[in-house]
Amino acid sequence: MQVNLRIQRFDPERDTAPRWEEYRLDVDPMARVLDLLHMVKWEQDASLTFRRSCGHGICGSDAMLINGRNRLACKIRVDQLGKKISVSPLPGLPVVKDLVVDMEGFFAKYRSVRPFLINDEPAPEKERRQSPRQRAVFDDTTKCILCGACTSSCPSYWARPGYVGPAAIVNAHRFIFDSRDEGAEERLEILSDRDGVWRCRTIFNCVDACPRGINITRAILEVSGAIVERTA
Amino acid sequence: MEAPVIHEFDAVIVGAGGAGLYAALELARQGVPTAVLSKLYPTRSHTGAAQGGICAALGNQEEDHWEWHMFDTVKGGDYLVDQDAAEILTREAIETVIELEHLGLPFNRTDDGRIDQRRFGGHTRNFGEAPVKRACYAADRTGHMILQTLYQQCIKHGVRFFDEYHVVDLLIEDGVSRGVVGYRLADGALHVFRSKSVLLATGGFGRMFRITSNAHTLTGDGAALAYRRGVPLEDMEFYQFHPTGLAGLGVLLSEAARGEGGILLNGKGERFMERYAPTLMDLAPRDIVSRAMTREIREGRGIDGKDYLFLDVHHLGRAVIDEKLPDITDFARVYQGVEPYTQPVGVQPTAHYAMGGVPTDVAARVVVDEQNTALPGLYAAGECACVSVHGANRLGTNSLLDILVFGRRAGRDMARFSKESGMPDLPADPAEPVHAELQALGARREGEPPARIRRELADVMMDDVGVFRTDGTLRHAQGVVRDLRDRYQGVRVQDSGARFNQDLLEAREVGYLLDCAETTVAAALARQESRGAHYREDFPERDDPNWLKHSLAYRADGGPALRYKPVTITRFTPKPRVY
Repeated sequence: MQVNLRIQRFDPERDTAPRWEEYRLDVDPMARVLDLLHMVKWEQDASLTFRRSCGHGICGSDAMLINGRNRLACKIRVDQLGKKISVSPLPGLPVVKDLVVDMEGFFAKYRSVRPFLINDEPAPEKERRQSPRQRAVFDDTTKCILCGACTSSCPSYWARPGYVGPAAIVNAHRFIFDSRDEGAEERLEILSDRDGVWRCRTIFNCVDACPRGINITRAILEVSGAIVERTA
Repeated sequence: MEAPVIHEFDAVIVGAGGAGLYAALELARQGVPTAVLSKLYPTRSHTGAAQGGICAALGNQEEDHWEWHMFDTVKGGDYLVDQDAAEILTREAIETVIELEHLGLPFNRTDDGRIDQRRFGGHTRNFGEAPVKRACYAADRTGHMILQTLYQQCIKHGVRFFDEYHVVDLLIEDGVSRGVVGYRLADGALHVFRSKSVLLATGGFGRMFRITSNAHTLTGDGAALAYRRGVPLEDMEFYQFHPTGLAGLGVLLSEAARGEGGILLNGKGERFMERYAPTLMDLAPRDIVSRAMTREIREGRGIDGKDYLFLDVHHLGRAVIDEKLPDITDFARVYQGVEPYTQPVGVQPTAHYAMGGVPTDVAARVVVDEQNTALPGLYAAGECACVSVHGANRLGTNSLLDILVFGRRAGRDMARFSKESGMPDLPADPAEPVHAELQALGARREGEPPARIRRELADVMMDDVGVFRTDGTLRHAQGVVRDLRDRYQGVRVQDSGARFNQDLLEAREVGYLLDCAETTVAAALARQESRGAHYREDFPERDDPNWLKHSLAYRADGGPALRYKPVTITRFTPKPRVY
């Protein structure tokens, strides 16, 4: 089928502001947006710049704004979008070039919640025990691939760039609710800050944006619930 | 040229997948100043795409022993495995998996809270009797959880990351490793990293094939750079095709689908693996299943006579599918529009894993000749390396094990080495040679796009150097690759900017793929036998008297020069390989 693909372009060495370019492509309806971007890059304009790696939704490189919603380009098909497709960089993050955004701030927020197992007890000779039920409590948030789709879709984040954002909270949740972890207290302290969980206005954009189907708003509410419980 | 930025670290790690990160963690724990360079963000590394599991003879579900695991690994590799390395792999598997658990990896659990285990292809009890539950797993995103866990621990231990730096040259002078040159994608600046030791952990090169499970970024950078600096590439003729790539795309559907009870069906609805591997059937090793599938397709028994078959999991029921195979069933829905609860999924063999690579010893030190002489300061681990624990065919889950066991060993030996050695001198003008190459590559205003060469390379490798090979197909491929190399000298990079110039780096990656392809074809053409993943229709039998040896391909004028070294055999003497 014929599609009209609009891509927001920006070359920092030439452009003063982003501009739109249009490409007409003849594509299979089952093709993904990433396939379309490759068609442009490999057959028409090799300077088109975007991140991508695995090509099947697990590395998190190619999150971008596609027809108004944050998506992974490798995980959304033409037949789900129609004949007019518009692609621009993730909103709310500085644009480096074309569809590439600066992720440094995003990763700094991720690191700020101490996203690693904290347990200073000497490890046993064998594995630490954890029941399937204990494991299930934080299963959902282990799926995060740090693509940035959630945080950059969040109006609270747009309004206040200091907000730690949904992705960081998801990764804090993954440890706060892990029965083996002993760092919940320090993470909850960090997240009870004015740029922490209270900035969430349960708008659910993040849930809609997550390519991994994580129920992010629920995770945030569980974290804020834990903060309330702690102070009560 | 502008003077490059110079950095100094005791250890430099190239690549931030499982092998690189585990090495970095070991070094950081020992207080060794370490830099990790990745051409991506570390969490984008392809370790994250590994699905099914990591084998270790924990015996949590049923009796198991590392000796059984070792036997399976050796037999699975069609006896080309170096058995001293396989013994280390399977013994250290146990402590490594336990350590991963201690580091926070969220394994699936048994009812009593231990690490759960499941079946996987080629893994058996009591030396081949029947499948055994040996694969530890975290749903079907085990690799994702390994990558996340190791990255988290590296953050905890303050490892210094240089994200989106392409390593474009290795500094080796007078037979000693002295560091690397990195290209910073953000602004095109060259950075020299002077270091006592360098670990290559850059992964594979599946992108030299058309249908592949590999990320777009798996272009053999580390292997090719070593090759250009005089290091041979070992056993390049052994390239694994995974049986269940999503038809048309090559996206991997884990062997876990068959480990949990999924079956393969041909166009007549037959469970054809019964005919090829009566004992293990769908769980036979990958080379055997991929050959069987390709035969079925060639003989007209593909689905509707086409070039794919069916993988059926619907009989497992929704609960098992949702709990144990959620991601891969999602792939079928997203990419084929198929619902695995009720429908079979179209699959075909997909280029998946390089058994060969940069030769190393069991401390992950790069070795450069038949006598295993080490190149001081240079290390390699993971898919880019060849230690060789996979021999002629890797068993499922043993790649995750390989990156962890030998990544960790690399880190430990690099720590030892850095304490014992001084900082080597840099060569004069260390960045100049690669600067000149990049200038030449970027300067042409006329020429064909590198993407065209990459596509033609992927086509010929798929068609002529795939599951089945003959003298004729390999000679044809050799001619085409040679021609593509010539044409590569005239490619044009369209993007002339300094900032985030992916076009330039992708052009350079095509050059790496050409190096990998050239050595693969040369070694495959020379090896006149069939062993593991290397199947010659004109030489269908394994030939131990003549070919029980590793190939070493050296860069030379007029094409790779081949030499050979013996296989280390300790416990298991070669036997016919039947399943």
